[in-house]
Amino acid sequence: MAFLEVSNVTKGYEGHLAIKDLNFSIPKGSIYGLLGPNGAGKTTLIRIINQITAADTGEVVFDGEKLNPSHIARIGYLPEERGLYKKMKVLEQIIYFGRLKNLTKKEAQKRALHWLEKFDLLDWKYKKIEELSKGMAQKVQFILTVLHEPELIILDEPFSGFDPVNTELIKDEIQHLRDNGATIIFSTHRMESVEEICDYVGMINLSQKVLEGSISDVRNSFKENEYEVYYRGELNGLSFDAKEVSREDRLALNKAVFVIEPEKAKALIKELNDTVDIASFSEQLPSIKDIFIKKVEEGNHG
Amino acid sequence: MGKIGLITWREYITRVRKKSFLIMTILGPVLIAVFYGIIIFLAVNDSIGKDTEKVLVYDESNAIEGKLYNDDRMAFEYTSDWDGRDTDSLNAGGYTGRLLIPNNFNIYNPDGVVYESENSLSIESKERINRRIENAIEDEKMSQLGVSETAMDSLKTSVSLNALTLDEDGEAKSSSTELNTVIGMGASFVIYFFIFLYGVQVMKGVIEEKTNRIVEVIVSSVKPFQLMMGKVFGLALVGLTQIVIWLVFSGILMGVISFIFIGSDMGNIMDMANSVQAMPADQMAELGVNSMMVNVVSGMMAINWPFIILSFIIYFLGGYLMYSALFAAVGAAVDAETDTQQFMLPITLPLVFSIALSTSVVLRDPNGALSFWLSIIPLTSPIVMMVRAPFLNLATQWWEVALSIGLLITTFCFTIWLAGKIYRTGILMYGKKATYKELFKWLFYKG
Repeated sequence: MAFLEVSNVTKGYEGHLAIKDLNFSIPKGSIYGLLGPNGAGKTTLIRIINQITAADTGEVVFDGEKLNPSHIARIGYLPEERGLYKKMKVLEQIIYFGRLKNLTKKEAQKRALHWLEKFDLLDWKYKKIEELSKGMAQKVQFILTVLHEPELIILDEPFSGFDPVNTELIKDEIQHLRDNGATIIFSTHRMESVEEICDYVGMINLSQKVLEGSISDVRNSFKENEYEVYYRGELNGLSFDAKEVSREDRLALNKAVFVIEPEKAKALIKELNDTVDIASFSEQLPSIKDIFIKKVEEGNHG
Repeated sequence: MGKIGLITWREYITRVRKKSFLIMTILGPVLIAVFYGIIIFLAVNDSIGKDTEKVLVYDESNAIEGKLYNDDRMAFEYTSDWDGRDTDSLNAGGYTGRLLIPNNFNIYNPDGVVYESENSLSIESKERINRRIENAIEDEKMSQLGVSETAMDSLKTSVSLNALTLDEDGEAKSSSTELNTVIGMGASFVIYFFIFLYGVQVMKGVIEEKTNRIVEVIVSSVKPFQLMMGKVFGLALVGLTQIVIWLVFSGILMGVISFIFIGSDMGNIMDMANSVQAMPADQMAELGVNSMMVNVVSGMMAINWPFIILSFIIYFLGGYLMYSALFAAVGAAVDAETDTQQFMLPITLPLVFSIALSTSVVLRDPNGALSFWLSIIPLTSPIVMMVRAPFLNLATQWWEVALSIGLLITTFCFTIWLAGKIYRTGILMYGKKATYKELFKWLFYKG
């Protein structure tokens, strides 16, 4: 069931359309990667969901209801451009933002302390934001995004500014939130992280949606029937022609790439097994990054 | 607490807790007092920094030779040699200029007087020379008419006018024009400074939130209008807090001063001020009190304090709300403080205009037509009406105040609406320099 349904949404600013006739369906309890090059219209879509701005036409349905201001308290938003009051103390700031999201002071404080402890920031609670390192400030920003336990969490480039250790920490938290039932929209350029944590992706280019689906569906629909084999020995007398053969000195293995119909894969494995020692055999699915680049280039040239 | 309340509270508490607030609250009045002290001191002691102007006089007619009045501002010296006195020799003698009284000059036909100098004559010096020649002629005529010097002295009289105002029952109350002026000017200066200082603070706060990109997070929780109003109200509270602190402290200070200097005499003075007319000065001297003190106290008692204080609060808040909303809109329209100038002008112009006219036209004629209109027009009324307030007779002029306040409230509702529209669009616009044309378009964007 879709938690958020975007139907035929169009929004224009003087003379140009920021987004045009967009349709997205974001399943409940999933991590949804929203992809698109700069200026594609991602931020505009996010602002419409956040009700910072309104769509010219079209409709957004939030958990079965037409999007309305009462939903704002059920959404948590981490913008790409982070912003905190530099002169305000950490705990005070988290409580303030929690209260803006309708939490009581007491509840906000309780949850804030819990999160600060989780992120190892308890010693910093009475420090001003300007005294924190960038990574710590990012963690604080993450806390105030999720403090009110939103059902929909919109994260715009959540990993920027984090070192690998903290990236893992945040990644775990995101997955944890998803497992607890939250629906997460994850807008990013970092394709590796998309493949790692997203369940679904949707891609916008030039104000329009270019593809949408689960990660495996998307990758499968773009596969080019390439099979990659690493082996020891020489390829002789095969009935299949390799697209390319190369020596991988790094692994002390040979590598060959075949492009064949999927149903012939078994026959290929059999022949290979008779001729060489197979180290690995795998179907090459295009990465989300490759698909992204392909789609963007298609759009720009066509 | 609603969202606006929450934002107001944050704006208020973060500012009041700052050290700079404490410092400004204490130092502010001291600085203002010193600032005006210096101005008044220089204005009163206008001889400071000025040498005596020496003027060389060549009186061909001999009509006023040696009769021009000399003092430390201007002194005349006489010569019988006109030609050959070029600028070098004038400088060498320390003269600022030379005055030629022509041959055909006489006191009944005082024409053809020429003043020559290297530098242009200032208006003040010109008037001074004119006056001294006129005085010399007057004295000369008097003595020709046979008026003796003692008779002349006895012509001079000094009158001290006791100004009273009539209420609707025709009862006279004493009023002090000087005190009214001081109170009116003081109140309007405070309003002027606060609108400026706190309006700019609102603008800076908006710019800070915009450049920090905090605004994006906040407007995903509250409406931009709520954010703007919270900021405006928060700073209004900061301003009011400051004023209350000042009022309390000046109250204490006045109490202490009057206790130290006047002590138990205060009761006497109050009694005297209460008795309808001031008693003769010698009688007061017998009682050991100062007549000026009685005048001040009776003037203070004649002032309608509840009206002054109430209208101060109304005009302070109304004027502040009207202007600070505009300042907020300016902050939203720009990316950095350096870009604010083009939008600031239409806001600062009416403010500067009203304070400039308050100190001149309005003060000279508080009930004149121009003063009336300036105190009705909302952009100028918060400042101008406060100058007029102590001079108003509420029994007959209440409608002027009512009209002015009504228009002010209408206008600030309008500017807040206008600013809200610009603010809503502006806070999320980055990297684009807005023009007036664009601001106008923003007014009609769909929310």
